[in-house]
Amino acid sequence: MTSTAPRKKLTTSAMIASFADPGQRTTSAPFGRALVRLAEERPEIVGLSADLAKYTDMHVFRDAFPERFFQMGMAEQVMLGAAAGMAEVGLVPFASTYSVFATRRAYDFLCLDIAEPNLNVNVVGALPGLTTGYGPSHQATEDLAILRGCPNLTIVDPCDAVDIEQAVPALAAAPGPTYLRLLRGAVPTVLDEYDYRFELGKAAELRTGRDVVLISTGLMTMRALQAATRLEADHVDVAVLHVPTIKPLDTEAILRAARTDRLVVTLENHTVMGGLSESVAATLAYAGVGNRVVPIALPDEFLAAGALPTLHDRYGLSTDAIVAKVRSELGGVAWPADPVPATA
Amino acid sequence: MTSLSTTPATAVREVGEGQKDDAQRIERIRQAAYRIRRNALDMGEVQGQGYIGQALGVADVLAVVYTDQLRYRPEDPHWADRDRFLLSIGHYAIALYAALAEAGIIPVEELESYGSDDSRLPMSGMASYTPGMEISGGSLGHGLGVATGMALGLRHLGNPARVFNLLSDGELDEGSTWEAAMACAHHGLDNVTAIVDVNALQADGPTAGVLRTEPVVDKWRAFGWHALRVDGNDVAALVSAFDELREHRGSPAVLICDTRIGSGVPLLENREKAHFMRVEEHEWELARTQLQEGLAR
Repeated sequence: MTSTAPRKKLTTSAMIASFADPGQRTTSAPFGRALVRLAEERPEIVGLSADLAKYTDMHVFRDAFPERFFQMGMAEQVMLGAAAGMAEVGLVPFASTYSVFATRRAYDFLCLDIAEPNLNVNVVGALPGLTTGYGPSHQATEDLAILRGCPNLTIVDPCDAVDIEQAVPALAAAPGPTYLRLLRGAVPTVLDEYDYRFELGKAAELRTGRDVVLISTGLMTMRALQAATRLEADHVDVAVLHVPTIKPLDTEAILRAARTDRLVVTLENHTVMGGLSESVAATLAYAGVGNRVVPIALPDEFLAAGALPTLHDRYGLSTDAIVAKVRSELGGVAWPADPVPATA
Repeated sequence: MTSLSTTPATAVREVGEGQKDDAQRIERIRQAAYRIRRNALDMGEVQGQGYIGQALGVADVLAVVYTDQLRYRPEDPHWADRDRFLLSIGHYAIALYAALAEAGIIPVEELESYGSDDSRLPMSGMASYTPGMEISGGSLGHGLGVATGMALGLRHLGNPARVFNLLSDGELDEGSTWEAAMACAHHGLDNVTAIVDVNALQADGPTAGVLRTEPVVDKWRAFGWHALRVDGNDVAALVSAFDELREHRGSPAVLICDTRIGSGVPLLENREKAHFMRVEEHEWELARTQLQEGLAR
């Protein structure tokens, strides 16, 4: 038997991969550009990186303000300690590296040098959750779980370029320390289609819906919106509550959304341990709300290397996986499979 | 307990003051070191414990720094142009409180609250508790990194203030110390002065047995620092070393100070070396007497 079928295109587990869908509108390096705009107005803004300026969009700031950029070498501990020292003398630092290094490697410095004195240091972590196919060394699947327990720290998980552009000045304006889960490179631009503005500490209802409420953070809000549109075709009415600030959590908005007979689903680009789903579950339990919460999150595992689309499918973060999960929660097999019509 | 030693009225010390007459200068510092030791002993007695051995060992270094080298305003601990003194080794707080009292930054009378509930003087130094305490130390290997950022920031802002960081030789075990050492040298931070208290002892025993750090001077030089080594209990040697470091330009500077645990009190100096030195109740008075005798010599 001869095979005439074209060979399947190989995918990649390279470090830098975009999670943007083919043809999706994107903005280039929104963090770096937003930081430059902010720095033009605020001379006390400075940038640091630990040999990853180029890969955290900090290079845009570095090139615009070389005298305000400080290269600290591949040394995350001193980078965060030094950022604290700069804040102590009145500067407002943004310090960038990969999330795995900011949290796992340099946590003691983030905690004691920055958070304990409540300094205005803004830590920017790239490759949060599953945004690289490079394997566990670079996949910060538990960064929120590590950081949520840190007093004083504000934690932001933006959805897209719009969120990032609006978050940067808000983070600098907040007096205490912050951690931003950075989306870098060509970042999808989604939220400008909604009546939305990023507000630190506030969740935003992007869609209303009678049947299901998706409570989502980070890039999963983009997927939640896509899933909601897809489910609309099945006459399932889906609301989306975007929660870009993980800490302090907008518990009022979450309770408003979840005190309901709708299906409550949480979505996060993070392990199911200690992230958004547990935060929402705790919020409901503490308020005496007995609703079930369905988590869509990464499993409590070290993840595989591979191409991002493959991995997002495998671990349940893809839009297809979300749609399938919601359908099965709503009534199992009664729903037609998508995108292939069941009646083919 | 006996009353805490009182500080003679001292005004702000600007650089250069008090350097007119070397013998007079050194005698003045010796007197300050005596009061720091004396106050540390009294604080140790209140709690019946404390890092008294280290405090006595580092007293001369702190006396030189706080009464001869640092620029500060006692009434305004947040003065933007002050020199910063960063205590990484939080457990040395007992000695630093005594030095801050000597400097007029905290009242001498407050020292007796050391380590008590609601005191501004906790056992491990923390910035949010104590005026003049620049950082919260305790988790070792942090001070030099923060100093790096302060020094970069001050230079960026055109502020000529200097940044001092007191480390212990045990702290040289921490990799982060060397990350910071590289960064200071790379950025040419000649506004940084590190002080390493080499008492050759750490929590689990002698430094040589826990994790060998020697040759300490060679290491710092290899990292690009201007390094000097002196007897850290010799005030005259400390003064001339600090004077030399002050003039140094182009790279960060480090003063390695060999100190003796319990220095100034033979009873404790000759005791078996321990990270956490036990002093019996009846020995505090004897220690004060020996300290007094040492000053007279």
